[in-house]
Amino acid sequence: MLILEKNAMTEEIEKLVEKYGPERSSLLPILQDIQRDHKSIPDFAQQEVARLLDIHPVEVFSVISFYAFLNTEAKGKFIVRLCRTITCDIKGKERIAQAIERELGITFGETTKDNKYTLEYANCLGMCDQGPAMLINDIVYANLTPEKAVKILKGVK
Amino acid sequence: MIMEKTKREGSVIFSEYKRGEGIKAALGKKREDILLELRESKIKGRGGAGFPTATKWMVVAASTAEIKYVICNADEGEPGTFKDRVLLVDYPELVFDGMVIAGYTIGASRGIVYLRGEYEYVRKPLEDYLESMRKDNLLGNNILGKDGFDFDITIRMGSGAYICGEETALIESLEGNRGEARNKPPYPVNTGFFGRPTVVNNVETLAAVSHILVKGGDWFRQHGTDKSTGSKLFSISGDCEKPGVYELPWGTKLSEILFLVGAKNTKAIQVGGASGICLNKTQFDRTLAYEDAATGGSIMIFNESRNMIHILKNFMEFFVEESCGQCTPCRIGNVKLLEGVKMIQSGEYTFDYIEKLIDLGRTMQVASKCGLGQSSPNPFISILENFKDEIFNGNGGYNG
Ligand SMILES: Cc1cc2nc3c(=O)[nH]c(=O)nc-3n(C[C@H](O)[C@H](O)[C@H](O)COP(=O)(O)O)c2cc1C
Ligand code: SF4
Ligand code: FES
Repeated sequence: MLILEKNAMTEEIEKLVEKYGPERSSLLPILQDIQRDHKSIPDFAQQEVARLLDIHPVEVFSVISFYAFLNTEAKGKFIVRLCRTITCDIKGKERIAQAIERELGITFGETTKDNKYTLEYANCLGMCDQGPAMLINDIVYANLTPEKAVKILKGVK
Repeated sequence: MIMEKTKREGSVIFSEYKRGEGIKAALGKKREDILLELRESKIKGRGGAGFPTATKWMVVAASTAEIKYVICNADEGEPGTFKDRVLLVDYPELVFDGMVIAGYTIGASRGIVYLRGEYEYVRKPLEDYLESMRKDNLLGNNILGKDGFDFDITIRMGSGAYICGEETALIESLEGNRGEARNKPPYPVNTGFFGRPTVVNNVETLAAVSHILVKGGDWFRQHGTDKSTGSKLFSISGDCEKPGVYELPWGTKLSEILFLVGAKNTKAIQVGGASGICLNKTQFDRTLAYEDAATGGSIMIFNESRNMIHILKNFMEFFVEESCGQCTPCRIGNVKLLEGVKMIQSGEYTFDYIEKLIDLGRTMQVASKCGLGQSSPNPFISILENFKDEIFNGNGGYNG
C-alpha cells in the first residue's frame, strides 16, 4: 500500500471506531463496513483495527477467518454468490453455474482479470421458494435461468 | 423484485393487527399479568428448539440485574426456511412490537436484532421502520407516555455463518468474537449478552406475542393441538406448484400440505431443514407438531425424479462447511459421514462400515457440544433408513 492510501485507510477506520465505539463488540460492524467498501480487509486495515480497539491483530484475523462473508484477499467489485443448497440445486443451480462460468471465462472461486467479478457459492439464501437464487454484493436475484443470470450479471453497475 | 409487501391471510400470525396495539395492551397491564397471559397461551419457541416462551421470560424478569437484553434471532440460516424474512419485510410491526413488549415485561431497555448477512438488503427498510416507530414514541423514552419505560432497538448483521443462529454463538458474535457456541448451562437467560440476563427469541415467536397481548392466551390456545398451541408459519419449497410461506395450525398432516401446495409424485419430505428428518411415503400421514414431526418451519418436497443420495450429499456438505470446528464429534464426524455418502455413490462401501457410520451419527447426537452437531446426523440416519431400498437395492448407489 502507498503511504497516502495507508493514511486514508487509517482515517477511515478511525471514523468507524468513532461511529461504533472503541469496544471489542464493535469489531464485526467495523469489519463489515471495511469489507463492504473495499471487498476485503487487507493486512494493514487489520492492524489498524487491532490498534484502535486495543486487541491483538491475531484476534482480528481469527474473527475474519471465521465468517464466510469476510476475507483478507482482494476480490472483484461484484461478488457473486450462487446458492448451492438443495432446493436451488434441484431447480437447476448447475446450469446457472455453467452459464456464468462460460460467460466470464473463470470458474467458481476465481476473480476475473479486470477485477470486476468474483464467483463464489453460498449456502441457502432464504429464497428457496424462488430458486435458483444468487446474491450480487447485497442484492438478491431469484427465479434464475441461465440466460437471465448472465443478463443480470452483465447489467450490474 | 423482492421487497413486495404481500398481504396475507391466516388465523393467528397473519390475522388483523395494528402497529402499536400490542405495546399499548402490554403497558396497560402488570408485568406479572403479561407473563401469566403468555403462560396461558402455552406458546413455545418458533426457532426450532421449542422452549416455552413464558418460562424463558419469567427467569429473566425475576432477575434483579440492572441491565438486561432482548435479542431477536433473525439469523434464519436453516436450509429451506424463509418465513422470518417474510415477517420482517411484510410485518415488521409484529416483530418489533414483540420486542418492545418483551423489554417492558422483563425490564430491559435495549433490544438487538441479529440479522443474517444474506439479508443485508432488508436492513435499510427495517432501519427506516424503526425510525418511524421512534417518531411515534413506540421506541425511545417513556414509551407511549409510560413513565420510566425506555426501550430502543438496534440492528446488527451476521456475516455468513449458520452456527450464529445458535443463541450462544449469536451472543459470541455480538460480542465481537468467532461465532463459537458456548457450553450450556449457563443459559442466556442467566448469563447472556455481556454476561447479563438475556431473552433470545425467534422472529416468529415475537410476532406471535404481539397478537397474544391483544387477543389473549385463550384465543391463541384455541388454535393448534394440546401440546402445540397456535399456528405456525411453514416455508415450503421444492417440487410443488405453489411453494411459499403458509400459515397453518399445528397438527396439520403432511399429506394435507402436499395437497395444498400442489405437490405431485412426491417421494420424500424433509421436515425441519438440513438438520431435520427425511420422511418417505409411508410416513406422510404424520402431523406437524412439537410432539410428532417438529420443525422450525422448513419443509422441502422431493418428487420421484430426485436422487436421495445426491440430496443427502448436499446436506452433509452443508454441515462440513458450517461446523464451527470446536468439538471433535462434529468437526470430524460430519467429514466421516460425508465420506460415507461418497463411498455409497461410487459403490465402494460395505454394510458393516455403513453400520459403523450410523453408530457414529448416534454418538454425535449425544456427544456434540451444540445443536448443530447434535442434529447434523439426522438426515444421514433418516435418509439411509427410509430410502434404503432406493439407495442399496435400486440404482441410487451408482447414478450419482
Ligand atoms: C445450529 C443452530 C442454528 C440455529 N439457528 C437459528 C435461527 O436461525 N433462528 C432461530 O430463531 N433460532 C435458531 N436456533 C435456535 C436458537 O438457538 C434458539 O433456540 C432460539 O433462537 C430461541 O428462540 P425461540 O425460543 O423463540 O425459538 C439455532 C440452533 C442451532 C443449534
Ligand atoms: S457441535 Fe459443531 S457447531 Fe456445535 S460447538 Fe461442536 S463443532 Fe461447533
Ligand atoms: S436453497 Fe437456495 S435459497 Fe434456500
